[in-house]
Amino acid sequence: MQRYVIRRILTLIPTLLFASAIVFVTVRLIPGSVIDLMLSQNESGAAKVSRQSLEAALGFDRPVYVQYLQWIGGILFHGDLGTSLWQRTPVSEQILQRLPVTFELGLLAMAVALTLAIPIGVGSAMRQDTAVDYITRSFSILMLAIPGFWLGTLVIVFPSIWWGWSPEIKYTPFLEHPGRNLAQMIIPAVILGFGLSAITMRMTRTMMLEVLRQDYVRTAYAKGLARRTVIVRHALRNALIPVVTLIGLQAPVLIGGAVIMEQIFVIPGMGLLLLEAVNSRDYPVITGVFLVVGVAVVAINLLVDLSYGLLDPKVRHQ
Amino acid sequence: MSDIALAPPARAPSWEFLTRLVRDKPLGAICGVVCVLFLLCGVFADVLAPYGFNQISPLNRLKPPSWAFPFGTDNLGRDMLSRCIYGARMSVIIGFSAAALATAVSVTIGVLCAWLGGWFDMLVQRFVDAWMSFPELIVLIVVVSVLGPGMGQIIVVLGLALGIAGSRIIRGAVLSVRQTMYVHAAQSIGAKSRRIVWRHLLPNVMAPVIVLFTNRVGTAILAESGLSFLGFGVPPPAPTWGAMLSGSGRAYMYQGPWLALAPGLCLTIVVFAISMFGDALRDLLDPRMRGSR
Repeated sequence: MQRYVIRRILTLIPTLLFASAIVFVTVRLIPGSVIDLMLSQNESGAAKVSRQSLEAALGFDRPVYVQYLQWIGGILFHGDLGTSLWQRTPVSEQILQRLPVTFELGLLAMAVALTLAIPIGVGSAMRQDTAVDYITRSFSILMLAIPGFWLGTLVIVFPSIWWGWSPEIKYTPFLEHPGRNLAQMIIPAVILGFGLSAITMRMTRTMMLEVLRQDYVRTAYAKGLARRTVIVRHALRNALIPVVTLIGLQAPVLIGGAVIMEQIFVIPGMGLLLLEAVNSRDYPVITGVFLVVGVAVVAINLLVDLSYGLLDPKVRHQ
Repeated sequence: MSDIALAPPARAPSWEFLTRLVRDKPLGAICGVVCVLFLLCGVFADVLAPYGFNQISPLNRLKPPSWAFPFGTDNLGRDMLSRCIYGARMSVIIGFSAAALATAVSVTIGVLCAWLGGWFDMLVQRFVDAWMSFPELIVLIVVVSVLGPGMGQIIVVLGLALGIAGSRIIRGAVLSVRQTMYVHAAQSIGAKSRRIVWRHLLPNVMAPVIVLFTNRVGTAILAESGLSFLGFGVPPPAPTWGAMLSGSGRAYMYQGPWLALAPGLCLTIVVFAISMFGDALRDLLDPRMRGSR
């Protein structure tokens, strides 16, 4: 197990290096655009800034590799993601404020998804090719096709027209008033969770079908174990291993969806921070959010892989 | 040697394939028809749409659905049906172009990695790992924030983003074909790499390539609509389904709730049909998946 953990952590180094390069290249190296856009925005404003001073301020006047090394060095040794161009506060500070909000939304969405997907997936597999199975399968594909932003829009518009009810738009932090916070977060979490549950449901069903045909399940039945014990202890435990991997793979989808939900329901998380930064062309913030999202996904996948080691004894012994 | 003579032709005639699709996957076949209708809608939008997509008519502001305006009108009196039909055109153009580019990128990276192997494969795969850590929507938002919005940017970025991620699937498929006897046979008679790749590898990974393409059309349409919804898509007045659900349309939805229905329904039906049709194709094209559900 120890060797597995070490090997897995070592493979992170090239991945993170590439991820940082992707962020750097995407935001910094697209020819001149950042500077041009900032200058064009400044022309209409009161403060006129010269191209040279702007380039110097952003460090664009130095060679590319120096820019990259300085940027990555600042992050690694000082946790310095730069300073917001307009608000003049450290980007890391802004991100630290917003990260827990998105994290909570993602966690709630994941909880909704798993609560729906696992029982329905198992039930669907146990009644293969019956009406229940067909309905749940069609439903799951439909959930995959319905865009979250449409569902969110419908939730905002129709209850308001019919019952005069609309979701709270003033965000309450969890620590300030947990009840009010959860009441506000649960709707976007359910919408996000629905989309995620569709894929998880399909995976749970497929894996259950495969596992239920295994010899050890037949043996468990032959020993005279109760159906419930066979399903929960023998089948589900094995079927869930690939489902856990799927959760890791879904992390980017979840974060992408969170951006949209935060915008619709005005939740001040990372997504809203990114959208605000894009609208005000605050490139250090854009770069910071972009990098943190990538690193967060890598970290989630690391945790998933490590839990794989805990769940699957075969991985532990390899 | 008689086995070779008796082997069935490598490609089944397309008529036979269609019959199998209708017989074995009726829902997939219906969804295939919906996909074709969607494609035709996009191509013949000028002919099909009763009004122009930006034909403003102040007298007909926020009219509910009627015979004259089956999907109602928006806050500027523009016909929602016509806007939805032109929206299909935008989705067809972006969906198919981005999916074509994505598939080309996936095949190029996948084949090169699987065929060359070694350090090249190792390095490229770590890059793919890193790339897959970024949500497509966030990559799109960041790139559009630097380049400015526009259809070209969206197609190229979506094509690259989806293509790099999808290369894993093609790489896996090529790796398994690489181990087959006919590739070893071709190698042992001294065939050149290029010939093996073109004549032996590529034709035999066409099934996953076609399935990947179908899947990518749906993903690209959804991603583009999400981006348009956030206001970073193709600039107005271009009628994209995502943009119709946000922006000024959003403010008038309380007075005209039909504004919230039509574009979302179009999007859901098209994405549902593409993904069901893609599943049916996968089951029919991939012998290993046949019979699995």
